[in-house]
This record gives sequence, structure tokens and C-alpha cells, in this order.
Amino acid sequence: MNAITRALKPITDLWSLIVGLKITGKYFCKPQVTVHYPRQTVDADQLDTFGGHIELIGKPKQPEKPKCIACLMCMTACPSSCLTVLKAKAPKPTPEQEAEWKAAEEAGEKPDKPKAPKEPAKFLYDYTLCSLCGTCIEVCPVNSLRYSGDIYTAGYTRKEFKYDLLQRLAEQAASAKPAAPGAGKDKSEA
Amino acid sequence: MTELHIAPELVRIVVAVVAVAAFVGLNGLVLVYAERKIAGHVQRRPGPFEVGPHGLLQPLADAVKLIGKQLFTPDGADKLLFWMAPVLAFFPVLLLFLVLPYSPLLTGMEVNLGILLILAFAGVGVLSLCLAGWSQNNKWGLLGAARAVAQSVAYEIPLLVSVLVVAFQFGTLNMSEVVRMQGSWPWQWTLFSQPFAFLAFLIYFVSAMGETNRAPFDLPEAESELTAGFHTEYSGMGFGMFFLAEYANMVVVCSVATALFLGGWKGPFYDGVWWFLAKTYALLFVMIWMRWTYPRVRFDQLLNLNWKWLLPLAVVCLLGTAFVMKAFA
Repeated sequence: MNAITRALKPITDLWSLIVGLKITGKYFCKPQVTVHYPRQTVDADQLDTFGGHIELIGKPKQPEKPKCIACLMCMTACPSSCLTVLKAKAPKPTPEQEAEWKAAEEAGEKPDKPKAPKEPAKFLYDYTLCSLCGTCIEVCPVNSLRYSGDIYTAGYTRKEFKYDLLQRLAEQAASAKPAAPGAGKDKSEA
Repeated sequence: MTELHIAPELVRIVVAVVAVAAFVGLNGLVLVYAERKIAGHVQRRPGPFEVGPHGLLQPLADAVKLIGKQLFTPDGADKLLFWMAPVLAFFPVLLLFLVLPYSPLLTGMEVNLGILLILAFAGVGVLSLCLAGWSQNNKWGLLGAARAVAQSVAYEIPLLVSVLVVAFQFGTLNMSEVVRMQGSWPWQWTLFSQPFAFLAFLIYFVSAMGETNRAPFDLPEAESELTAGFHTEYSGMGFGMFFLAEYANMVVVCSVATALFLGGWKGPFYDGVWWFLAKTYALLFVMIWMRWTYPRVRFDQLLNLNWKWLLPLAVVCLLGTAFVMKAFA
């Protein structure tokens, strides 16, 4: 009996060929999953897991200003050196203020100088260098960075991929603002 | 005024050759498109889509590209043999189409030994693969050619024996005659006439896949192992000829299967060439479908399958048919 089943095994195994044909045949009849890009775009819910280049997150109440405190952690952590963050400097004192502080120092008091604001003056991002590792997003202490999810990034020159993220955030805030009041009521107007 | 006498048979042959050449070319375009579309759909892709509506003009664009490419002879290649090989691969195939009985009228040349002619000239194709691999001074090419020869020599035998089963059954090697002896309805076809014929058809189909170097038996051109096997060094139409010959060979083996096993031009309701073409293209579809389903076999598996299974089974079929014909006919 055992010898017979062993002898017949190659023949019974032929069934797997039919199974294979059934599988490919089934897929042949199923609808395709390809998105014909210029004519169609990917549904937003399919982009949940897509990263894309990084961008700044605005403050909840001041969307045109980033949450960034210019600690430069992202710049330090970036393995590709694609980020350039410049700290904001304290506003230049007027001549009167300067004179006032001088007088205060001479009198032995500590002058009431305004401190440099904790925000970036420049936030430049070179996407051509970025390896999309996400380290900057992880190290940011105030969660001011995220992936943009921008899947259709394309351009004709390298320059187009050197982003000024502050400018991008301001543009995003500006384009989002007029839509905000009507967003809850009427979607077609927005 | 003297009248010019031309033998009508000569006119018929010339017309047939022209028609066959046109058919082979057109068929190449259609099958390339079908192959890529089916491959795409099996993998849930659209396949060619951008050139023309649904990519219909893609094979034409590819053909123009192939024709426009430079013909390049590699260093150290035997120039004569190197360029003879693709020509030798392509032209014998045209001859095969002459004896295929597309319909009672659409038969290029009615020959008593049509099956024999096809089997004989199908063997010439291997020679061209051998020459191609040998002459191009490339190790991949040589390995591909060695495989092609071993494979084709092996698979020709069960192919021949399974075709002989039909010849035994009908007592003729004339393909039109074989078709005439079959009926219109599927149960009147050779395929279902007796169990050995059905088995012979399966053996024929598998051997035909091996004979035409189609996946899963595409070892002579195994991309992942031999870059492109015997046509590694061919550019432009050198490669194009091999390509065309491969597709033409597929059509030939499927047409032979249609004529011998599936009732040829006969079909339900209304006999005609459309039944022949429909059956042939259905078989071609199965061939392409199989290519995108099965992984390539290893070389020892390929030869084991042939010598240990196909050949003994084919011989059993032949003897069985002989017995059936003696005992019941």
C-alpha cells in the first residue's frame, strides 16, 4: 500500500498545478490595483502609511508659527545634514535703549535686555539629501516635525527640492485660513 | 498573342507564402500584446496602457524600435554563423504554416505527410539556437544553446510519439484528412474519442511547451541564470527574429494540437476557419497563462520529467491506441 501511494504521489501531486492555475486565473479576473497616475490619484485613506518629505507643524493657535523652539536637535541628529536651522536673534536695540542699558550697567544694575525669542529664523530643508530616516521627527522635543504625506512631489530642477519649511508652513496656514470658518458648514464652498 | 502559362499550384503556393508571412508578423504583434496584457492582469497590473488605447499600439512601437536598432556583432563572434542563426530560426517556421489546415480552402499545401513535415522542420529550429549560442563567443549563449539542444532533442520524442497516437488512430499523416475524420461537436473530437487520445493530448501539450522553450521550460533563455541564454548578444532584429520565431512556433504547435486533437476547423453549428483560430488562440492563452503561473523547472527535473514520465506514458498511449484500434475498430 505504502509503495503504491508513493508511486502514485507524482500523479496526485499534479493537482497542485491546477491549484496554481486557479490562483492566477482568479487574479486575472480580479480588478487591477494600479492607479493610472496622471489621470487618477491615490485615495487619501491609502496614504496613511506614506511618509514623504518632512514639514513643520504650526502652533495650535498660531498656525503660521511653528512649534519649533530652535533647539537644533534635528540638525544635530540628521545623518544626511539636510537640515539648516538658524536661531532667531534678539531684536536690534534702538540707540535710546542702548544708552539706557549702558547707564544701567554703569550704575551697577543688570539691564533689562530682551532675550532672543525661542524660534527659528530660518528652517531650510534639502530634500535631495534627505534619506527619510525620520530621526529628526523622533528627536524633536516639541513635536514640531512630521512627514508631509505629499506623494506627488515632482519638479524640473534640483532647486525645487530645497524647501524653506517656514515659508511652506506660512503658505499652508494662509491657504487653510479662509477655508476654516466655512469648513464646518458647507464643504462645497470651501 | 501568346498566353503566359503559370501553374495554378505555383500561384497558390506564392499566395500562401505571402499570407503566411503576413499572418506570422501580425500574430507576433498580437501575441506580444496578449502576453504582456495577460501577464499584467495575472499580477493585477494593467500591462501596456499608454501607447494607443489600452496600449494597443505598444507592440507596433516595440517592433519599430527593434527594427531601428543597430545590429551589433560581438568581438570574436563567427560573423557568418552569428547572423545566419536568426534567419535560420525564422524561415523554417514559415514553411510549417503551409501545411496547416486552417479550413478546407485555407490550406497552403495539402500534403500526404503533413505531420511528418512539421515534425521534421520543427527540428531545424534547434539547429539555429545551437548556432546562435555557439557563434556568439559568450558563455551564457553557449550554456543556453547546450540546454536548448538537450531539451529539444529530449522533448521531440514524446511529442512525436503522442502525434503518432493520432496517426495510428486515423491511419493517415495528412492533417486535413485527420480533421475531416473528426466531428463538429466536442465529443466527436479526437480528444474524447478514447482515453489514450486524451492522455496523448496532455503529453503533446507539455512536450510542445518544452519544444517551444516556453516557461516553465524556458531554460535556454532563463533570464535569471543566463541573462538571455542563446540570444544574449543579439540586438535589434537579430533578437526580433528569434522572438518572432518563438511566437510563430507557439502558434504552430497550438495549431497542430487543434487540428489533431480538437477537431480543427470543425465546431458546433458552423464549421470554418474561425473555429480553428478560436481553438488555437484558446490554447495559446493557456500557454501564456501557464507561463505566468509556474516557476521555471530545474534542468534535471526537466529531463527527468521527459525521460521518466512523458516518454513511457507516450509509448503506453501508443500501444494502448494500437490495442483499441485493433480490438474495437
